[in-house]
Amino acid sequence: MNFDPRFSGRKFASVGTRPVRPDGVDKVTGRARYGADFNMAGQLVGRVLRSPHAHAIIKKIDTSKAEKLSGVKAVITAKDLPDLTDGDAGMYDVLDNCMARTKALYDGHAVAAVAAVDARTARQALKLIEVDYEVLPHVTDVDEAMQHHAPLINEATFTEGLEEKPVKPSNVTKRSQFGHGDVHQGFGHADHIIERSFKTEQTHQGYIEPHACVASVNLDGTAELWVCTQGHFVYRQHCAQLLGLEASKLRVTSSEIGGGFGGKTHVWAEPVALALSRKAGRPVKLVMTRDEVFRASGPTSATSIDVKIGARKDGTITAAEATLRYTSGPYAGTWAEIGAMTAFACYKLDNVKTVGYEVLVNRPKTAAYRAPSAPMAAFAVESAIDELAKEIGIDPVEFRIKNAAQEGTRSSYGPVYGPIGIGPTLEAAKNHPHMKAPLKANQGRGMACGFWFNFGGQTCVDLNIGMDGSVSLAVGTVDVGGSRASLSLVAAEELGIDYSQLKAIVADTSSLGYNDMTDGSRGTFSSSMATISAARNAIKILRDRAAQMWDVPVDDVIWEKGHAIAKGEKYGNLSPLSLKEIAAQSGKTGGPIAGHSELVADGAGVSFATHICDIEVDPQTGATRVIRYTVVQDAGKAVHPTYVEGQYQGGAAQGIGWALNEEYIYGKDGRLQNPGFLDYRIPVCSDLPMIDTQILEIPNPNHPYGVRGVGETSIVPPLAAIANAVSNAAGVRMTHIPMSPPRILAAIEAERKG
Amino acid sequence: MVEVTLWGALGQLAGGRSKVEVEAKDIRELFRKLAEQYPALEPWIEKGIAVSIDGVIYRDTWGKRLPEGAEIFLLPRLAGG
Amino acid sequence: MAGIAVSTTINGDGVEYLCQPDETLLDVLRDRLGLTGAKEGCGTGDCGACSVIVDGRLVCSCLVLGAEAEGRKVETIEGMAHGEQLHPLQQKFLEHAALQCGICTPGFLIAAKDLLEKNPSPTEEEIRFGLAGNLCRCTGYDKIVRAVQDAATMMKGA
Ligand code: FES
Ligand code: FES
Repeated sequence: MNFDPRFSGRKFASVGTRPVRPDGVDKVTGRARYGADFNMAGQLVGRVLRSPHAHAIIKKIDTSKAEKLSGVKAVITAKDLPDLTDGDAGMYDVLDNCMARTKALYDGHAVAAVAAVDARTARQALKLIEVDYEVLPHVTDVDEAMQHHAPLINEATFTEGLEEKPVKPSNVTKRSQFGHGDVHQGFGHADHIIERSFKTEQTHQGYIEPHACVASVNLDGTAELWVCTQGHFVYRQHCAQLLGLEASKLRVTSSEIGGGFGGKTHVWAEPVALALSRKAGRPVKLVMTRDEVFRASGPTSATSIDVKIGARKDGTITAAEATLRYTSGPYAGTWAEIGAMTAFACYKLDNVKTVGYEVLVNRPKTAAYRAPSAPMAAFAVESAIDELAKEIGIDPVEFRIKNAAQEGTRSSYGPVYGPIGIGPTLEAAKNHPHMKAPLKANQGRGMACGFWFNFGGQTCVDLNIGMDGSVSLAVGTVDVGGSRASLSLVAAEELGIDYSQLKAIVADTSSLGYNDMTDGSRGTFSSSMATISAARNAIKILRDRAAQMWDVPVDDVIWEKGHAIAKGEKYGNLSPLSLKEIAAQSGKTGGPIAGHSELVADGAGVSFATHICDIEVDPQTGATRVIRYTVVQDAGKAVHPTYVEGQYQGGAAQGIGWALNEEYIYGKDGRLQNPGFLDYRIPVCSDLPMIDTQILEIPNPNHPYGVRGVGETSIVPPLAAIANAVSNAAGVRMTHIPMSPPRILAAIEAERKG
Repeated sequence: MVEVTLWGALGQLAGGRSKVEVEAKDIRELFRKLAEQYPALEPWIEKGIAVSIDGVIYRDTWGKRLPEGAEIFLLPRLAGG
Repeated sequence: MAGIAVSTTINGDGVEYLCQPDETLLDVLRDRLGLTGAKEGCGTGDCGACSVIVDGRLVCSCLVLGAEAEGRKVETIEGMAHGEQLHPLQQKFLEHAALQCGICTPGFLIAAKDLLEKNPSPTEEEIRFGLAGNLCRCTGYDKIVRAVQDAATMMKGA
């Protein structure tokens, strides 16, 4: 890779402006096509039969009656998805999650599926499938699942990461540990110590578009898949592996995506739709209902976290420790590990230790949800930090500033930080007018910090210059929130042309090289790097063509503001050639002009945020109202500031929902009680105030424009910020998320009783 | 010579060591030598781990050079939203 | 099962179709008429992504039967722009970036159009309550509210 990714500190013409997005008109006129908006000739309707039990052995499945129903073209069970995973334990779990093999592991686990001529027939067919279950005891609570008498979800699970190999199986798949120094000694130097236990309930990403796909497998082993996903290249690999197809013969097109937030990073319905299509010999469309999305896609972990932090009288933290337990559903995960890495990442600590436990439960397989695992850890840590500040009698913002990590600090997860933004976001928060605004009765103010890594990864971009000088940009990272606009700005910047001359699209898997998922806030970071590299490659060719047109050595040609310029006195009378003029002659100067780039984008900068909020609590009912909310976050460089603000606001709103309302409620029978938007209530317009944003730009040294990821960090502080505000308003420390009215009321009443 | 810090789980597989010294000029050589010295690490390396070089996190890009005296951390590969 | 013959008006055009008695208007629009602008986010009346206007009334088309459209006037997102000319709300949604993923956008635009037709100068609070039947998971509503405010100002000036 002949590309220098280092930050150059250039002045920008396009980057930082706010044009209308290239896919905008399609989206306001209803023309944009999402997962369920696509049809193929002769397509069938697919439906999935799901387990009503949280934990049960599947003794027998009789599909004969369903198969005989007129209009049914295929019925499949696990038998039709044979195990081709070849010892890959992670993929085997994916396979088992797509279609239960021997046991149903949660309420909603797929056990069979049908394809029929219409939805009504498909629904009828499901009713005719007879499944003989042997119901087993189940466990859905994280702490209960860790008890030694808890029902075992997988008899073959022996905890990894313990000093000694355990002799008995358990529901804990793994223990992980991070930190440095000696916490025992550190607590010895503390004048004040806060020790608390916290719980957070499971939430769902809550994207408004349910999972949807259309699959078509041909007799010659080729196949097509249209699907809403955050990563069509990854879906292709997984589906090909599970179905025994060759990856390059499976063409996956990503539809417009109606929200993902990490939840559309895993295959569920897609292998099932492909298997149905293969068996039926016709295309199959499979769309999940909302009920299925809640019961059987991938929500986030429920957690239980213990935190202990000690500080001297002067406000210096001497030691910090946390034990974090995260549910991963019925399959192994690494969610607690991430929580353990992020928990104390905001602070400069000499003595820190975090321990994570991954816990199996009879709930759906956990998937990523925006900065996965970090919000819960931040909730626990930032609540304790607030309480500690109070106890010492120091302002919570000052306390955080005093202990904030900075360039050169050893992070709690290991490496030493480069230039980072935690200090500046705290200073900005401290000086924000919001901090000084008066509060009314029953109102409380809270603040909290948050951290997220951000990722890079494999990325590929094609930039093609048309003969009329217009430019098309084909990227492979799915656009989840306006990245086509940002990437067009970046290409315009490099080429020195106007944004309106460009059109960006997301290419399908057969038109472009492999790209990792759009996750870890990497979409704009990685693809902008590849776009810059592709544009620079195109500029090399443009210069060469201009040199040919002028008949001068290419080394004398430079590229500036969208034009080739012949450099030097002797070329005084050559007027610059525009991109358009060069493109017009391309047929004669060597053919089409394009720039390509394939790279691994590395060095995504970590990002930090500080949130401030005011909450009013009704002491009679425990009801809450968000009065004011402010987000301060480091973007590195905001390529399209409006969409950066949008990411900040969206993350804050999701965090508000999580903090105050949203939770998976399981009955004693292990069934999900609220699989719908009526009972799983996400914030609506009238629940929220305007959400103020302040974008800080502390350049990432490892990106030419200084870009960091922006998508995820914004959901990390809200749980804690709101908990601190509610605790301040109600005069009682809240330790259980969500802080629904009954929980707040119970806490207030417990406090009153003493 | 670079000093490599292993995160908890990896350290246990390397005989309880959290830091090891390896003579390696790039990530590929680092992985090869680690696998030679500590065979238990090999499956983890195969699965994919992240390498932090002087505070910047890289994927397992073999060709990435390790500057002399750099601070190297091996970290779990992360999932994102 | 025999279908029910329905004749109705959609975005000003006469339309005739056959539908099953248990088929929703949303299914008819999307699956029979190819009007996929209205989205199904829940199918239970909780998300508003399927919003359409029937005889001047804002409804969730997932809660209306296809057969109920007989003799009525249905307005969908596909009829909101006039030829080349976007509706001011559509224009302002673009300018304010009131959409991220955009799945909720058709529903919001229809609901906002209905709101401004009934109340041309809504306060922020009236906008927030007026749009409370529509879920958006991406934006935090901030830019949506601003776009509607701005469109209302523009429409009054027009
Ligand atoms: S689909 Fe009609 S309200 Fe959600
Ligand atoms: S923009 Fe995605 S749900 Fe509203």
